[in-house]
Amino acid sequence: MSNEVNTYKELTWQGLWNNNPALVQLLGLCPLLAVTATVTNALGLGLATLLVLVGSNITVSLVREFVPKEIRIPVFVMVIATFVTVIQLLMNAYVYGLYQALGIFIPLIVTNCAIIGRAEAYASKNPWHHAAFDGLMMGLGFTLVLVLLGGIREILGNGTLFDGANLLLGEWAADLRVELFSVDYPLLLAILPPGAFIVMGFIIAGKNWIDNYRAAHAEKPERHVTRARVTSQ
Amino acid sequence: MTFKIAASPHAHQRRTTQQVMRWVYLALIPGVLAQTYFFGFGVYVQLALALLTAWAAEGIAMRLRGRPVAHAWQDHTAIVTAVLLAISIPALAPWWIIVMGTAFAIIVVKHVYGGVGQNLFNPAMAGYVLLLISFPVQMTSWPIPNELAQLQVSISDTVSLIFSGFTQAGYNLEQLRMGADGITMATPLDSLRNDLNHQMTLSEALSKPIFGELGGIGWAWINIAFLLGGLVLIKQKIISWHIPGGFLVGLLVPAAIYWLFNPDQAITPMLHALSGATMLGAFFIATDPVTAATSNKGRWLFGLLVGFLVFVIRTWGGYPDAVAFAVLLANMTVPVIDKYTQPVAYGHGGRS
Repeated sequence: MSNEVNTYKELTWQGLWNNNPALVQLLGLCPLLAVTATVTNALGLGLATLLVLVGSNITVSLVREFVPKEIRIPVFVMVIATFVTVIQLLMNAYVYGLYQALGIFIPLIVTNCAIIGRAEAYASKNPWHHAAFDGLMMGLGFTLVLVLLGGIREILGNGTLFDGANLLLGEWAADLRVELFSVDYPLLLAILPPGAFIVMGFIIAGKNWIDNYRAAHAEKPERHVTRARVTSQ
Repeated sequence: MTFKIAASPHAHQRRTTQQVMRWVYLALIPGVLAQTYFFGFGVYVQLALALLTAWAAEGIAMRLRGRPVAHAWQDHTAIVTAVLLAISIPALAPWWIIVMGTAFAIIVVKHVYGGVGQNLFNPAMAGYVLLLISFPVQMTSWPIPNELAQLQVSISDTVSLIFSGFTQAGYNLEQLRMGADGITMATPLDSLRNDLNHQMTLSEALSKPIFGELGGIGWAWINIAFLLGGLVLIKQKIISWHIPGGFLVGLLVPAAIYWLFNPDQAITPMLHALSGATMLGAFFIATDPVTAATSNKGRWLFGLLVGFLVFVIRTWGGYPDAVAFAVLLANMTVPVIDKYTQPVAYGHGGRS
């Protein structure tokens, strides 16, 4: 049983930090860089990706015994496309403002390499409950990076946080909007695509710095040097 | 007796980076003087702000990287970056423009990539592009040449404008940029682009008061002054002629062909050569030893590419001038150019 717990622990750690799809695998960068101008957009796309990832991972894992190796990729893409269509229709119905703001990037979740990557690398080789948990953690890791990137870009470019959160969460969320500062001339670069690349670079650098710092300060196992005594006395 | 054995090259100039950089910024003096004559003292305030920011940013970056700060201050590369950026931006732009641009150029474009000699992009131009796409209004508000201005701007007015946005009499930059007819004046390239896009002929577009005999009033002489400084650099062998030569050929030959085919709707090659940042770009910006190609053939190709991109962006692009974008785009091609123009070492290759 403790083996099972360890598996989940490992999956969590892999998805959120060690093998984070956005920071380490650098997968799905197109939506990551394109829609993260605000926290709301980032969160919306992150949650959509998360749901698709969990659904596709479970399905792929369940059918893995019946899919011939030769045609597995088309099958995975069909599964993913089905879930994306479901999510797209749901967003169209319930969060229409956000649906319009994200535009083409919702259907483009189909081509997000992070999803097909997990289907191929993990879900097609593991039981469904592990695959589901893996999808959840990978999706969470992806969403967290999206939200962080969106937050930094929104602060730099607009001076606000959670602008337009009511599009995603309903009317009550309109009060979430925080105006940190207001300038006459916002730093447009942060909102534009080059700003996304630059901020993303700094986030990855920050992660690597933390990893290096932890490695340098990790408890080193004490080494006992036993030396054969070669001289008398 | 011992023989000293050294690896090639055996004949070389003993010039330190500091000496090369000093020549570069000394050669900019004629251009800066011409700019002062036509656009007032703002450029000196910008230079002072840029230098202070560059030194501070260089110091902070070197300290963060755990390297000797004094070493970076001594090689003078930050000075050249600061000077190039300060003379590229409008002379009366608000103070935070130049501070932000210089800090970005030094910290992100130069030190994040590994400091002097390691940067992929020209720091001054990357800083310029950051400012241009973030603050298009401020970055295109060039003051009008002194001889056309209705209100003369004194030194104290200049300082007050840059730091508070108003002269002591309470005029803002927009009011100072108006001509006698109450219409805000654009730079020559900007005005030409707008007028030609609005179906005016070239002679109609050139009848505006901002144009003199050679080109835009002020801009033509500033470009000639930068050309003089650049020729000094070539004479001193600080830069080779390949990049400026390629730049001018790449810009002027397509421009001439385009102009010959529709002489009424195109900017003349003469206007191309003497407007905007042409000469500054050809002799001082594209020739950056770090971000340009390294072999002579590569430099020639690099120069041609930058010049051609300037022509393309000026003719069909969305921004008034193009040198910064052209240089950054060409910087990206440098690894490829270097790979395919690597000279063959003596004794290798050739016809087999």
